Amino acid sequence: MNVHHSTNSLETPESRGAQSGVKPVENVIDCDIQELYYGTFKAVRDTRIPIEKNAITAFIGPSGCGKSTVLRCLNRMNDLVRGFRFQGHVLFLGQDIYAPAVDPVEVRRHIGMVFQQPNPFAMSIYKNVAYGLKLNGYKGNRDELVEQALRRAALWDEVKDKLHKSGLSLSGGQQQRLCIARAIATEPAVLLMDEPCSALDPIATRKIEELMLQLKERYSIAIVTHNLQQAGRVADKTGFLYVDTSQGGRTGYLVEFGETERIFKDPQEAHTKEYIRGEFS
Amino acid sequence: MTLVALVPLFSVIFMLVWRGSKQLSLGVFTELPPTAFEEGGGFGNAIVGTLAIVGIAALISVPFGILGAIYLSEADSENRLARSARFAAKVLSGFPSILAGVFAYGAMVIGARVWGWGGFSAIAGGVALSILMLPMILLTAENALHMVPRRMKEASYGMGATSTQTMLNVTLPTALPGILTGIMLAVARAAGETAPLLFTALFSNYWLMSNGKIDLLQPTASLAVLIYNFSSMPFENQIEMSWAAALVLVLLVLFMNLIGQAVSRRSIRA
Amino acid sequence: MEIPSDETQISRPPTSWEKFADRVFRGLTYVFAWLAVLLVLYIAGQIAYYAWPAIQERGPGFVTGQTWDNNRDVYGILPEIWGTLYSSLLALIVGTSFGVVAAVFLSEGFLGGFLYRVLKIFGCQNHPVLGKLPSFLDSLLKNLIELLAAIPSVVYGLWGIFVVIPLIREPCNWIHEQFGWIPFFGTSLSGPGMLPAAVVLAIMILPTITAISRDALVAVPSKLREAAYGMGATRWEAIVSVIIPTASGAIFGSVVLALGRALGETMALAMLVGNANRISVSLFSPANTLAALLANNFPEAGPKEVAVLMYAALVLLAITLVVNFIGAWLLQRATAGLEGLR
Repeated sequence: MNVHHSTNSLETPESRGAQSGVKPVENVIDCDIQELYYGTFKAVRDTRIPIEKNAITAFIGPSGCGKSTVLRCLNRMNDLVRGFRFQGHVLFLGQDIYAPAVDPVEVRRHIGMVFQQPNPFAMSIYKNVAYGLKLNGYKGNRDELVEQALRRAALWDEVKDKLHKSGLSLSGGQQQRLCIARAIATEPAVLLMDEPCSALDPIATRKIEELMLQLKERYSIAIVTHNLQQAGRVADKTGFLYVDTSQGGRTGYLVEFGETERIFKDPQEAHTKEYIRGEFS
Repeated sequence: MTLVALVPLFSVIFMLVWRGSKQLSLGVFTELPPTAFEEGGGFGNAIVGTLAIVGIAALISVPFGILGAIYLSEADSENRLARSARFAAKVLSGFPSILAGVFAYGAMVIGARVWGWGGFSAIAGGVALSILMLPMILLTAENALHMVPRRMKEASYGMGATSTQTMLNVTLPTALPGILTGIMLAVARAAGETAPLLFTALFSNYWLMSNGKIDLLQPTASLAVLIYNFSSMPFENQIEMSWAAALVLVLLVLFMNLIGQAVSRRSIRA
Repeated sequence: MEIPSDETQISRPPTSWEKFADRVFRGLTYVFAWLAVLLVLYIAGQIAYYAWPAIQERGPGFVTGQTWDNNRDVYGILPEIWGTLYSSLLALIVGTSFGVVAAVFLSEGFLGGFLYRVLKIFGCQNHPVLGKLPSFLDSLLKNLIELLAAIPSVVYGLWGIFVVIPLIREPCNWIHEQFGWIPFFGTSLSGPGMLPAAVVLAIMILPTITAISRDALVAVPSKLREAAYGMGATRWEAIVSVIIPTASGAIFGSVVLALGRALGETMALAMLVGNANRISVSLFSPANTLAALLANNFPEAGPKEVAVLMYAALVLLAITLVVNFIGAWLLQRATAGLEGLR
């Protein structure tokens, strides 16, 4: 319904079809980071990852390899960091979100994010979920969408009787599912999840993983995880990033990307092999 | 020695209750101050005046302080303006209160004559007190805004909120209890200030009105100045009146302090 | 950005109103941050502006002059500068000794500890109500000291006139008769004077010293304490030889900040110091201070005297600014010095 005719609309760049043999039409995001700096620190280089439609793409790798940085590039959260510079492009449905005319605020309205620490607002559960609707000036039935988002986040039954209690009164796992409900209430095209289970216990983790598998029917998901088993359980595609210390710094780069099963069973690169063997032995 | 240090406190409280309550009646809240040999009387106009002057001061310093604090809390550590503004606020907080009066005297009492008004007034007193309240409000508000977890702000940005939406919908409401505490403490301090009012609001034996209308541009009574003026008078009735006024003033100040503390305790629980 | 219609039902780009509001609001905060800076400059500039005629006419002689006479147009503030410094110094000596002891007492939780031991003797230290008493008493004590700071200074002035002066007049005059040859007791106390003013001032600055010093003492890492105990120090030895020296930087900073407050305090002094234009070391002699001078003369000042008073205000501003900067710098250095201990 909402086709926006804004002045900053862009033509699809010619380079779109050239993405490493993956059919472009199935990718909601094509990410090509040539170089990424924080000030003078080169954090990431040479990383190309597509995010496929209705699939889960996982970023794995040792800590400090820049996987969260790459994820935060995809909805321009890095713009909030001082000294952030970036060469390359991120195409969202064929449009470069880093084009000068594009407002990062708008990008974030289409690409939702779930963070490492559950971070509900200090307001009621209902208001937490309705926050995005309010931002977007949604005029329709908010109650219905709030309930729908909470159901999809598998939280409805636990909170339906206390929607006006503070979101901070929930347990850690419930808080994280509340954050997922908040993110999906506005029907974003993509959901970015930055180590969403690292602060949770195993039972809550399992719940979130089941939830991700259900959510991918409707959304495209990119997830950063330090937990290889988790990537193995949920991801369709996996990208392995590694740290390059050869030039004195600690620069992350993509080593290998492909079907999760292939990455785990038959890694091509030495670094990947070593990392996966180390983790599983 | 610690207990010795508390003797003055108990002595002050005892004197306030003992001498202050003698004169305390409903009349003191509704009547005007007594003249030289008059008996009875009250300080209703001074209570109204204190509230009006402090109200004006809050009207100036609260928006000023909060908006300034928002800029400081959003600025990064290398922001020159933010550092200068923080420094300015700290300088102001160490400012002798009488100098706030001197400033308001220069700006409002004699300075405003250029525009055809000026003279001693409730507004001049309010300006003087706002100089004292501003740094307290600004620094506590900045602190409260800083305490809002970064990840909460990130969540809002991640939803596609502009920085103003994030501030107004998430950061400010979360920091509100702390900010309110700062405001209440600043108001409590301002209500007890005397020196800045001596030659800005001056004093008046009448209600804050002229020709049946509220007039903020005339000399205005305040509890603090009343205590000061009456304490040096040779009449027993006036001296009793200043004790009663002191009791009312201390109760008022303590009440505001208590509200401030109650609000901050609520914020800790949340 | 153009999003294909099937991708989203709800998300829309920020409206031009939202963008406008964002810009206006951020601009507003920027302006007010600037205003805070400009305000300080404006205040100082304005006082200097009004003082300028007097500065030109009288120059540094104003600061060293000893007479204040409206009729002869002779003005000097040396007695006021002396009175300001002398009263603050006296208040500082009394206020610091009491304030630091109170801070140690509070930070070590002596009262609560004592009560705990008493309760233990009766075997009821874990009683649901009585067991809470020690920590309750500690926080009560802390709140009472803070209450000292909440009482308006004019109330202290009132209390000074009607309680302190009558109370100390007889003993002071007795001391004057016996020890009048000592310069400090060189005059009799007829009413208002330096001593009552300094005593009340000391009470007013005590909370400042206690609050900051207590925080500094509490911040001394327990490993230092344990190290002292490990060397076989008693509790008092640990406090005197390890804990207080570690926190001494911050304690000193608090004292200087309290000095800044004492220098600028107006009401208690205007009511108690006697407003006499004279220089004397006697504790019982009336005197005057800069702030009290301003308070007494401003309400009825004519244009000429306003300029002179503005000059005096400028001197007071300069003194307090210097003292406050030193205090803030010391505190900052002290906190930075403690960083290495964490």
